[in-house]
Amino acid sequence: MPELIAKSALEGRSLNLGGVSLAEVDVGPITSVAVLPGGAKTVARGLKALGLAMPEPNTFVEKKGLRIVWTGREQAFLIGAESPVLEGAAVTDQSDGWAVLSLSGPAAADVLARLVPMDLRIVACPVGTALRSQLNHMNAVILRTGDYAFEIMVFRSMARTAWHELETATHMVAARAGVKI
Amino acid sequence: MRLTCPLCGDRDRREFYYYGAEDYLHRPAEGAPLADLDNYLHLRDNPAGVTKDLWYHEAGCSQWLLVTRNTVTHEISGVELVAGRKA
Amino acid sequence: MRVDGKGLIDRTKPVRFRFDGKDYAGYKGDTLASALLANDVRLVGRSFKYHRPRGVLTAGSEEPNALVEVLGPSNQTPNVRATMQEVFEGLVAQSQNRLGSLRFDLLAVNDYVSPFLSAGFYYKTFMWPRAFWEGLYEPIIRRAAGLGSLSGKHDEGTYEKAFAFCDVLVIGSGPAGLMAALTAGRSGADVILAEESHVLGGRLLSDGGTVGGMAAGDWVAQVVAELLAMPNVRIMARTAVTGAYDHGTYGALERVGLHKPARPNLPRECFWRIVAKHAVLASGALERPVGFENNDRPGIMMASAVRTYLNRYGVSPGKRVTLFANTDQARGVARDLMAAGVSVAAIIDPRPDASAVEDCPVHVGAVVIGSRGRLGLSGIQVRKGSETIEIETDCLAMSGGWNPTIHLTCHMNGRPRWNEDLAAFVPMEGAVPGLVAVGAANGSMSTHGALVTGHAAALNAVEALGRKVSVPLPEAEDMPYRLKALWAVEGKGRAWLDFANDVTTKDVKLAAQEGFRSVEHMKRYTTQGMAPDQGKTSNVAALAVLADATGRGIAETGVTTFRPPYVPVSIAAMGAGGRGEGFAPQRFLTSDQASRDRGAPMIEAGLWYRPSYFPKPGETTWREACDREVNMVRQAVGVADVSTLGKIDIQGRDAGRFLDFVYTNTFSTLPVGRVRYGLMLREDGLVLDDGTSARLGENHYLMTTTTAAAGLVMRHMDFVHQAFCADWQVRFISVTESWAQFAVAGPKARALVNSFLEVPVELPFMGVAPVRIGGVDGRLFRISFSGEEGYELAVPTRYGEALFRDLVARAETMGGGPYGMEALNVLRIEKGFITHAEIHGRVTAHDIGLEKMVASRKDCIGKAAATRPGMWGPEREQLVGLRAAAPISAGAHLFVPGTEVHRETDQGYVTSVGWSPTLGAWLGLGFLKDGRARLGQKVRLVDHLRGLDVICEVCHPVFHDPEGEKLRA
Repeated sequence: MPELIAKSALEGRSLNLGGVSLAEVDVGPITSVAVLPGGAKTVARGLKALGLAMPEPNTFVEKKGLRIVWTGREQAFLIGAESPVLEGAAVTDQSDGWAVLSLSGPAAADVLARLVPMDLRIVACPVGTALRSQLNHMNAVILRTGDYAFEIMVFRSMARTAWHELETATHMVAARAGVKI
Repeated sequence: MRLTCPLCGDRDRREFYYYGAEDYLHRPAEGAPLADLDNYLHLRDNPAGVTKDLWYHEAGCSQWLLVTRNTVTHEISGVELVAGRKA
Repeated sequence: MRVDGKGLIDRTKPVRFRFDGKDYAGYKGDTLASALLANDVRLVGRSFKYHRPRGVLTAGSEEPNALVEVLGPSNQTPNVRATMQEVFEGLVAQSQNRLGSLRFDLLAVNDYVSPFLSAGFYYKTFMWPRAFWEGLYEPIIRRAAGLGSLSGKHDEGTYEKAFAFCDVLVIGSGPAGLMAALTAGRSGADVILAEESHVLGGRLLSDGGTVGGMAAGDWVAQVVAELLAMPNVRIMARTAVTGAYDHGTYGALERVGLHKPARPNLPRECFWRIVAKHAVLASGALERPVGFENNDRPGIMMASAVRTYLNRYGVSPGKRVTLFANTDQARGVARDLMAAGVSVAAIIDPRPDASAVEDCPVHVGAVVIGSRGRLGLSGIQVRKGSETIEIETDCLAMSGGWNPTIHLTCHMNGRPRWNEDLAAFVPMEGAVPGLVAVGAANGSMSTHGALVTGHAAALNAVEALGRKVSVPLPEAEDMPYRLKALWAVEGKGRAWLDFANDVTTKDVKLAAQEGFRSVEHMKRYTTQGMAPDQGKTSNVAALAVLADATGRGIAETGVTTFRPPYVPVSIAAMGAGGRGEGFAPQRFLTSDQASRDRGAPMIEAGLWYRPSYFPKPGETTWREACDREVNMVRQAVGVADVSTLGKIDIQGRDAGRFLDFVYTNTFSTLPVGRVRYGLMLREDGLVLDDGTSARLGENHYLMTTTTAAAGLVMRHMDFVHQAFCADWQVRFISVTESWAQFAVAGPKARALVNSFLEVPVELPFMGVAPVRIGGVDGRLFRISFSGEEGYELAVPTRYGEALFRDLVARAETMGGGPYGMEALNVLRIEKGFITHAEIHGRVTAHDIGLEKMVASRKDCIGKAAATRPGMWGPEREQLVGLRAAAPISAGAHLFVPGTEVHRETDQGYVTSVGWSPTLGAWLGLGFLKDGRARLGQKVRLVDHLRGLDVICEVCHPVFHDPEGEKLRA
């Protein structure tokens, strides 16, 4: 009988440069919860048992290490624990489909400004924001986890490209530091 | 160009895929007259002015959007979810 | 020459640079133009067509003359405006568009034959022989006429692109821009202040005067200091806003590292996409030259530029300066020069009612009619009434008034308005929604006017943002702008309008005379306004001359359309990040490293990288490896990574109903635990995709799509769902990335698979079952794309690499191994399985022989169109197999043997080919007119590109195991 060894997309790679930290992180199980027509009430009951509710568009909520992230119309990702059985929803395991990168540091938003066509100023993108947008050419889910911290979810197969893009942008932002008017 | 997705908010055009006129929403029932099928598949207006067309928020929430816009002024006067539209 | 005590340069920081092989010294804060003028270098370039000696004309980005090549370690940047390039230690630049040295340009002969080189000369002159154009005339003309050159090497420089967002974008930092930024900034709004130059202040830095009771420069410093201290204000210096686009989007080019020695990772330029709720255009105005004979000599400059060089850079471009200007404002140039101790020879003012009171000779009602000096100005001729006066001068400061810098207001189809008082075009209001032009850009020519309009526009924006602010307006000069339009002085000689493209008043008149009366036609005929400067100094004068020549008013003549970009933008900046790995995302399989470890070359399949074949020692060509892998699958067992196929998880009570709607065939009747092949059409009846779908549970299906169409199918299903059945009990999501899936195919496939399973299963053909593999939940499908008994084993992606390595290792002990895309392709051709090479968007279900899959008892997407006449029948090209003894090619066309090879006799084409080691023949799939009725016939395959002409036999597309006995074994 074979023994299957699990491997993450980037094997936990990390980088620190110019006050920016970039690292692959393990967020635990990811489950898509898509509410079926008429299923909102039963899904709400199921989530309430976890202390959660379906999140508002463009937001995520974190409670006791469990996260629920808005990902689309009547759809959310439950992150951090195996999903319970949820009546009224299509529940799909997405744990292996995504690579998650954390990007933090005072210049993190500057790095993302090179790659994400979104307003990431704290007024427009406060902590708790979940954006479905792009990281250069890749579809991504971008979470504002702190004033100076983001988590970026990309398709697992594209993790190396995502790393390359973020690393390149981090190098350019670092090289710019010191170039003043 | 920017579009305001009813769910995701104000977004750059690069997040969207353009399909075509709203006619694609008016699918004839099986056995409908041939003229209806012709209209549905092939006949399109090309207005200088207000038009309605279909955009897909491909890099966002995956919703199809019905966009009302002016081809002359480029003003966008309405964006609604195809899934939630009034019949 | 340098003037003591003047300028904003840092005299404690000398900088050495090189121009045309000679070393010079300048100061930090100098531009290349100011530093060269400080070193008394007046000749900096040769003109585009006539190769006339040229010097610096302006002090800004509108510069038409002083274009140079900047040489870097890995690049040669042509057409850099010396007026914008800051000097830095080690800067190397050279003049361009010359043959020989700048002083003795051999192509200056063009100037002597200029009567033959008038507007449109090459349309008229190089008419015949026709064949000479490409080989002879064009290369010569291109060599002689032109701009800078590239190094021919790859540009290794770093470029960047970025996005920015703000409430108020202020474009320009003169009095209007600073006032707007200060007002908006104090309100707490998020402000971006973009300034093209490296210092903020605009004309206030050049023209002096007082603002709010203090020296203008001090006011600028105070405001800039306050703005820098505001966290809500972002100052972007060295950033030119290049275009205005829909819905508040602006393009901007920032010179990030061009003023410094190259450093690793430091971008040379950054192209910004700025999204602003409101924009204030405070771009000022551009001074315009006056046409007179030989008005292009080095030493003849814009009056405002002379003032800028004096006050901002501490440089006087001449020792004995003359001023030729038609406004009161321009007198300040002469006064500043004299105050700085520079001799002013005379002021020539064409206005008869102008004041004659200055500290130097003033000629009112006079015009400059000519100049002399071969490589630099030495004197001018002035006509005053009937009298001609000769004046010795080495610098003529000229001004024909100002053109508001309205370009951005025209980028969205706004047509500017002619203002007779200013003799200039002013912006059309509201031409760019959200953008308001202020200050000189809107025709308010005084400092007071700039402050008032900048302040007002910012207040309006602030109010619209729901904010409040009160900012007092500082006092400033409010001199009336008294101008008598003067475009060109009457005269016989050549008077330049467009310095950059060598267009004279004569060329414009000739265009009018030859019927090119529309301003757009004149532009194209004379090339006026088509150089890198886009005619910034010449457009209005050229159309004024055209208006005069055609007897129309200027307003009626109109202006050509200003389009983005406002200044040249390097392609490298626009495409920043798009080179190499940044071109497109790369998708890697979990087996990627394992395949590379075995020496497999990768082939791109969409964004995916898949192994082409797995070479063994001794194999010298891909064909050897491919043939071996095909035989291996047919005789033992092969393993291939098929994770790239799209996988869509579909759940809900209406899941089967939904599949019935998107597929032509029926899935609601599929038993749980079974898999069915499905065909998907577009609404126009053509085939969209094919693949298998498995029923995992009563309300749970798993669809697979082709690798190529995974995204397309998802988009299509989203549309069908949201547009036609949003209320159905069905939800679906891509799980492509969640599963690593491996095909195991061959007579020994079952043995290999069972050796992995904790509990072996007996699956029927087209069956699916959950399995446990090494403690992991997986799925086993019995499906085949090779024609052999085949399985696909799926595990969560994290285990993919481990499973692949293990599968391959065990397969090898059984005489098998991994196979790549090449073998996969041959296997499926032998079996007649189609891919997107066949379902390429123009074929119907009937064409591929699957018309029976369009179920008659239900509606589905594309059914109505698929059954229309013309979508089926013998007149269509139908899928057939082709068999040949010689190599054949995909893309070849098919003909009846013995007939002419011609478009009209074309019988079809070939879509896929391969050498079949199984059948010992070349096999192909293709489409042939009425093909199914022609089995057994011969066709002639012709490929002109590859020089192939081969007789093939038309066969049934399934060559291998036509009864499917192996599949069901």
